[in-house]
Amino acid sequence: MESVKEMRQVLGDCIVDAMKKDSRVVLIDADLGKPNGTFSARAVFPGRCFDVGVAEQNMAAVAAGMAAYGQVPIINTFASFATRRICDQVAVSICYAGRNVKIIGTDPGIAAELNGGTHMAVEDIGVMRSIPNILIFEPCDTVELGKGFAAAMEYDGPVYMRMYRKKVEELHDESYVFGLLKADVLKEGKDVTLVCSGIMVAEAVRAGLMLEEAGVEAEIINIHTVKPVDEAALATSARKTGAMVTCENHNVLGGLRAAVAEVVTRRCPVPVIPVGIQNVNGEVGVLPYLLKRFQLTASDIMQAAMVAMEMKNDRACHCKN
Amino acid sequence: MDTAQIEYLEETARKIRGLTLRAIGSVGSGHVGGCMSIVELVTVLYFAAMNIDPSRPGMPGRDRLVLSKGHAGPTVYSALALKGYFPLSELETLNKPMTRLPSHCDMNKTPGIDMTAGSLGQGLSCAVGMALAARMNGGAEYIYAIIGDGESQEGQIWEAGMAAAHYRLDNLIVFMDYNKLQIDGTVDEVMTLMDPVEKWKAFGFHVLEVDGHDLSSIVRTIQLARNRKGKPVMIILHTIKGRGISFAEKAGVDSHSMKVSPEQVETAMKELGWDTLWNQ
Repeated sequence: MESVKEMRQVLGDCIVDAMKKDSRVVLIDADLGKPNGTFSARAVFPGRCFDVGVAEQNMAAVAAGMAAYGQVPIINTFASFATRRICDQVAVSICYAGRNVKIIGTDPGIAAELNGGTHMAVEDIGVMRSIPNILIFEPCDTVELGKGFAAAMEYDGPVYMRMYRKKVEELHDESYVFGLLKADVLKEGKDVTLVCSGIMVAEAVRAGLMLEEAGVEAEIINIHTVKPVDEAALATSARKTGAMVTCENHNVLGGLRAAVAEVVTRRCPVPVIPVGIQNVNGEVGVLPYLLKRFQLTASDIMQAAMVAMEMKNDRACHCKN
Repeated sequence: MDTAQIEYLEETARKIRGLTLRAIGSVGSGHVGGCMSIVELVTVLYFAAMNIDPSRPGMPGRDRLVLSKGHAGPTVYSALALKGYFPLSELETLNKPMTRLPSHCDMNKTPGIDMTAGSLGQGLSCAVGMALAARMNGGAEYIYAIIGDGESQEGQIWEAGMAAAHYRLDNLIVFMDYNKLQIDGTVDEVMTLMDPVEKWKAFGFHVLEVDGHDLSSIVRTIQLARNRKGKPVMIILHTIKGRGISFAEKAGVDSHSMKVSPEQVETAMKELGWDTLWNQ
């Protein structure tokens, strides 16, 4: 079912809630307050909302300076600018300096849609994940955004949150028990594991249903926090199913696939077939077109699952632990 | 400011200069030129201007210094040690394994350092963030930042400048160490700043100029800067790279990062009157 609100509206509400709850919280925009839904906070807390203009590097380091004073700054821009453009500011002024700054990057990967290839961060997780001392979170729906955002604000340290701005398929209800460092098994299965995040969770859920019709019991794991990744959940599932597919709106290099492979190659080697952007640049289009164009649909996931299971059957998997 | 105070600052500056060179000499190389050009400024800040308490490095309401040209860390460490933040002997650990005193300033390692800096251009933005936070929290403190002239080629310096003027941060006082030299040549040869005074005026700052090696002028200029309201202040500090250490001054452009031998340290100590300095 489609969400009632857009993700960005929920983001705006979450920020206002966080500012109400904790007087240390401040918001810094870089001229994307309106498109990202954070503008609404200015009416509620005018003295704690800042806009540095189109100057993302300054935004990141101003936030670090405010954090050195004990504030908890939220900085906000598109995913491409929040990561690759300000990589050094994030690495030095925020992460090396250990400042408690929350970085929001919207519309990662193909979610940038009509802004096109220049705005498509297909590498944002790879860039951020290799910086020490940062947590990376990606909600798949508004419920997870609400719960995850609150948890990210509670977390003492730098956080990068990548999220789609618009309406999404609502996969959770309010009964969802969220743990920031805990992966969610959305569906149990024994034949293959579909590991997914963000907008790809809905595709993976659809793929799970298609596989079920084909007699395959897929386990579905939502990795909302790709760093630090829930190693135990991945290793347990790898041992159980012996075959994995990663589903991500990101380059197949450096992101979720890499995080999963890093764990299973060490703890329980199994085939990991990547569904993601195959090391190519993005291009302009609407989401349904782009999902097909970059082979990120439920059917692509289903095919990858078949390949993973075939590999599992062809080669013995020597698991330890 | 009376003669005794000036004499005290002069002695302190000589001590900081000597301690800094000895620390760098103990490693064998370092950023001598840019460390020496800000000795007088750092002396005035720590011994005549800033409201700080070495026994309480985290004192609320203290003035802050962000050394945006973070490679001059050793000068600030010498001032901190002399001020009593840590023992003078610790200066000899500079850049050695497990030290609390790395080349570039690190707020998580060194008592008295309020911001990590080193990747040029970022520190001034951090200082802007601090000035915003200080004002938001109703603090009366000043945020000082030292940027380099070569560093001013970073675009982020001007992003930070725009924000400081936009938010009318009159609790922010910035110094540009205008020694006119950088790694690959003179600033004018490498990438001219044209007229930094006019540039900073155009960016909405009160701009003051001072001889960066004249202690009493620096004291007076900082007093002036604190009384300017409604705008951030940029103090252009006319300096000489390597100042006060003859082999470094002579090296000119090559003093940015240079080897330092024990013999050179010894000669420099004689020039500074090192022994008489500590026997008074």
